[in-house]
Amino acid sequence: MSTVLLPPRHYLNDGYGVRSWLLTRDHKRIALLYLAGVTFFFFIGGAMAVLIRLELATPPGDLVTDETYNKLFTMHGVMMVFFFLIPVIPSVLGNFLVPIMIGAKDLAFPKINLLSWYIYVVGGLFTLYALISGGLDTGWTFYTPFSTVASTTNVIPAALGIFITGFSSILTGLNFIVTIHRMRAPGMTWFRMPLFLWSTYATSLINVLGTPVIAITILLVAAERVFHFGFFNPAVGGDPVLFQHLFWFYSHPAVYIMVLPAMGVVSELVAAGCRKPVFGYSFVAFASLAIAVLGFLVWGHHMFVAGESVYSALIFSILSFLVAIPSAVKVFNWTATMYQGAVSWETPMLYAYGFIGLFTIGGLTGLFLAAIGVDVHVTDTYFIIAHFHYIMVGGTIMGYLGGLHYWWPKMSGRLYNEGLAKLSAGIIFIGFNLTFFPQFVVGYLGMPRRYHAYPPEFQVLNVLSSAGASILGVGYLIPMVYLMWSLRYGRLAGSNPWGAVGLEWTTSSPPPTENFTETPRVTWDAYEYPASVETDVA
Amino acid sequence: MPPLFPERASTIAARVDALYFFLLAIAIFFGLLIAGLIVYYAVKFHRRSPSAVGARIHGGMVLEVTWTVVPLLITMVIFVWGASVYFAMAHPPDETLNIYVVGKQWMWKFQHLDGQREINELHVPVGRAVKLITTSEDVIHDFFVPAFRVKADVLPGRYVTIWFQPTRPGRYQLFCAEYCGTRHSGMIGEVVVMEPNEYETWLSGGAAEGSLASAGAKLFQDLACNTCHRPDAQGRGPMLEGLFGKTVTLQSGETVTVDEAYVRESILTPSAKITAGFQPIMPTFQGLVTEEQLLALIEYVKSLQAQPQVTAK
Repeated sequence: MSTVLLPPRHYLNDGYGVRSWLLTRDHKRIALLYLAGVTFFFFIGGAMAVLIRLELATPPGDLVTDETYNKLFTMHGVMMVFFFLIPVIPSVLGNFLVPIMIGAKDLAFPKINLLSWYIYVVGGLFTLYALISGGLDTGWTFYTPFSTVASTTNVIPAALGIFITGFSSILTGLNFIVTIHRMRAPGMTWFRMPLFLWSTYATSLINVLGTPVIAITILLVAAERVFHFGFFNPAVGGDPVLFQHLFWFYSHPAVYIMVLPAMGVVSELVAAGCRKPVFGYSFVAFASLAIAVLGFLVWGHHMFVAGESVYSALIFSILSFLVAIPSAVKVFNWTATMYQGAVSWETPMLYAYGFIGLFTIGGLTGLFLAAIGVDVHVTDTYFIIAHFHYIMVGGTIMGYLGGLHYWWPKMSGRLYNEGLAKLSAGIIFIGFNLTFFPQFVVGYLGMPRRYHAYPPEFQVLNVLSSAGASILGVGYLIPMVYLMWSLRYGRLAGSNPWGAVGLEWTTSSPPPTENFTETPRVTWDAYEYPASVETDVA
Repeated sequence: MPPLFPERASTIAARVDALYFFLLAIAIFFGLLIAGLIVYYAVKFHRRSPSAVGARIHGGMVLEVTWTVVPLLITMVIFVWGASVYFAMAHPPDETLNIYVVGKQWMWKFQHLDGQREINELHVPVGRAVKLITTSEDVIHDFFVPAFRVKADVLPGRYVTIWFQPTRPGRYQLFCAEYCGTRHSGMIGEVVVMEPNEYETWLSGGAAEGSLASAGAKLFQDLACNTCHRPDAQGRGPMLEGLFGKTVTLQSGETVTVDEAYVRESILTPSAKITAGFQPIMPTFQGLVTEEQLLALIEYVKSLQAQPQVTAK
């Protein structure tokens, strides 16, 4: 065992002042700026979830008023979807890793990258203003004509916040696409890239192509609300369902914006956790692109009960089944990767197990929803809530936390407390299932979503769910503590604590500002492990 | 112990549940398969030394094809099954008991053809197919009766039909399932399914105002519709007798079927689709008639078909 020292010069000690952070063009520092932003919004959205679950512990609406409750679930959704789930993995892990993984010094447009963060912050401030100055009660889905005609809350500021932050998604997506096309190190061919980059690339395509549609939709909502144009309001000749088409044309692909990067992370975690190549590399890579393309063709499955014609419902149903196939292919390939691996039980791999299990449940319950005859009964109930939380929380957040734990030593140069990390991964897994599994049952029983008060026969399942949420909350707080603690007191990590392959593990931890002291030349495929590995943990 | 499964009280409920159980079986099988493999591999192949690496296996075409094609076939079975259940939901039988439904923030209003009106409570007989013709006065609502496994958005400016055939007398919860504002969770009610004779008794109990069609006939006169829409083909507007359900040719040369939506549009936006041979002279009644009055007028137009000689004088 060699003695591990911090590198004398790295991106974290390259300037300490406020300016060195707020005017940085280093993709790694920008990743940390995003880390601060998304964590902030995650805990705001999480606090609202806590209040929602407290209210739902009893059947009558007794903790908060109906008006407040509606604002709570609306702002929970807006904060979590637009300011946490969509940006989280691309902006934090993607920003940090995309240039390093391809052997580049930075993203193609470092200044635009910083601009993206500022746009995200400005959008977030608008939405925070909407929250503090009275809130919003339209649901995160902004359905018309309620949002344009009936709601008396802060629709415009919140919508503007989402509109603005969308440009941050577009610019980040553009930056990644150009970087991956143009800045790969010598020898880093497309099919030598880590799978995280394939899924980041697919996500960026959706961001660039889909986000303008939600921007236009938001403008139409604002125009109808302010100038009373008749786009969606049937009283003046509009069509309320048109809004749903436009909204879901972006917001269904947005689900893949949230989960595709997590899939990419899990491919990395499984490869490193088993120390062997991902089974069926090219199938996993092309599955990401297939999801990105098919994801644009299934928006109508959100509208099976919204007056959709029988034949369009059939088309959207069959396409929705098709988009399930590439996801299934990925799950099978990850599982097969474990066969004859050197399988680790360390924290990142625990999150990967959690992701695969929970994402599988989320995906399989998606089949229930694609089957129109069953969807009619379960749509707009807690079954839907459970399903998409299994994908977005069980999938995206498990993937994100797994990735954060896996790359934390690279980002910070230090190791966290492995015992606490395993404990909190376990708490999160148990808390998550206790929170959301009962919601499948109460949903099939018929409990509608977005209900402030509910019939007493649903109480037992709701109490289970609320109890699970409190466990989940604790599970999310523990990593905050030990990760912060590790920044100062954690053992030094060395450049490759996991014994993993990949360019990011060939440079120091933390890496120098320019990532590599000399440009790497790549002569090997992704995940090509030698006969044995050495870890250089102190 | 609370219930874990909703009661079944309509003809479609058993079909929905059958597919649901099939899906549950599929989900449990694949869920256990994946979870079992992960646990088994994690134990069996657990890393024994810090320097150990895994076998160099890159993939296998046979496996890839298998786990692409098998799920594809299974999902296509589910698709066809789900579509056939949905077809049954979407197509009511020819003979139905028709009831009009108007949703508004935050109540359900029901209008029976015989004239009874109800709020947040709907009485129907057991064993008969019931067709609801729904619309909303304001925002989008959703008519959801879990025990019947039926749900449909109730849209402003459109008529959406929902049908079900209750199989068991009883009281069943009705929810609004599309978020509609402050008191969304209070927009609930009950569907009361009665034995046919009890239903007849209930039906003859109210109805002080006469049938819905007769209310429509009175409105037809009050709004002076009858000055142009005359029963003798001499009026300035098209003759309405026998019109409902027919196909008419428009000035543009297109054809349109006279259904609830077309009658509604013709009252609110008369110039949108002018019948060939007539002038666009009819004024709009937008803002002058309520959704419920529109339903009465539609029902009156429908009744003109049944009795072509009877007109309001």
